[in-house]
Amino acid sequence: MLRRIRAARGSVAIALALVIAVLAGFTVAAARDRVPERAPVFDTPRGEQCIAEVTEMRRNHMRHLVHQRDAVVREGKREARQGLQDCIACHAGEKSGSVLGETGFCASCHRYAAVSIDCFECHSPRAAPKNGEQR
Amino acid sequence: MVKAVVKASPTLRNQPLPTDRSCGEGTPEFHRRRLVAAGLAALTTAALLPGWVLIEHAGAQTPAAGASPKRRWGLLIDTTRCTATCEACISACQIENGLEAPKSQTDARWIRKLALKDAKSGREHFLPMMCQHCANPPCVDVCPTGASFRRVDGVVLVDRHRCIGCRYCMMACPYQARSFVHEPQRDQRPEVPRGKGTVEACSLCVHRLDRGGVPACVEACAASGGGAMLFGDLHDPASEISRRLAEVQATRVRADLGLDPGVSYLGI
Repeated sequence: MLRRIRAARGSVAIALALVIAVLAGFTVAAARDRVPERAPVFDTPRGEQCIAEVTEMRRNHMRHLVHQRDAVVREGKREARQGLQDCIACHAGEKSGSVLGETGFCASCHRYAAVSIDCFECHSPRAAPKNGEQR
Repeated sequence: MVKAVVKASPTLRNQPLPTDRSCGEGTPEFHRRRLVAAGLAALTTAALLPGWVLIEHAGAQTPAAGASPKRRWGLLIDTTRCTATCEACISACQIENGLEAPKSQTDARWIRKLALKDAKSGREHFLPMMCQHCANPPCVDVCPTGASFRRVDGVVLVDRHRCIGCRYCMMACPYQARSFVHEPQRDQRPEVPRGKGTVEACSLCVHRLDRGGVPACVEACAASGGGAMLFGDLHDPASEISRRLAEVQATRVRADLGLDPGVSYLGI
């Protein structure tokens, strides 16, 4: 009798452990897929393709910009699609025409990540007028 | 096309000809073929090289290539054509670079109009004074952070990513060409970033130069009928500014300082 109870206890413990493991797995998966409540909502970019993969740009866009700014300012190399103005041309909101503001591409994400940038103390957050357009 | 030819000549010289194995190195046949090939390559290169050099000089600067040390941008200003009432260059500069019309002594001025009067004769004349884009700029010498710099094509600029606003360069400049931005800026021109706490000056409109254009003041001066400003490459002897400088008695302001300014004046 005692033996039976012991055996049953063992199987119950194993079953419980299994259930806990499965539940934990679900929780982890759910946490990974969960969209944070206050995730940044930003204006849709105008272009079709960024200069690099999205993951690369998310992590390293600041390095691209710093590299490019020295090339432009000090060497005059104004390569197409690389400068801050080219970023803004695509990423400025259709309505606001700017990357700042409540749903601004730059501002919304930096606000969410609590990153304070000072690019726009000097640079214009607005897209430059296209060739032939009046200023 | 020419580039391919220039590249092709070493290829012809260095690589064995297809028939090398059949005739063997050292045979007269081999030498003759080699000589003909080398001669042909040299002839083609000689015939096309002058054209290539011309293209190199005359070609407009491409945005991706950057500033070239083969150029030195400069200005020649004919003060006899500069009138008392005209301020076309100043307003064009303000519009192009997003400057407000100065209200106080401390507001940014990239071009100032100076009035000179000869005490004896009473002759009065005017000249625009801006950054003289010196070859030996004192502002670059004194800058503690390396923010003031001279681009390889002779344009003296402030890298405002590095400027800490100490204003040593303003003290060092004998032309009083630089301004300090005291107020927070809004609505900057997209191509001309400006911000509080940094020093700035005439940039010869680099954003225009890099796309093959000319400074806004020069354009406005010509459009207003003044035609007092001539802009060009001082290193190119065939450019209009170089030819004009070779003909006339032009003066550089404070030439005694040995700064080798890129701006020259006529009639002062």
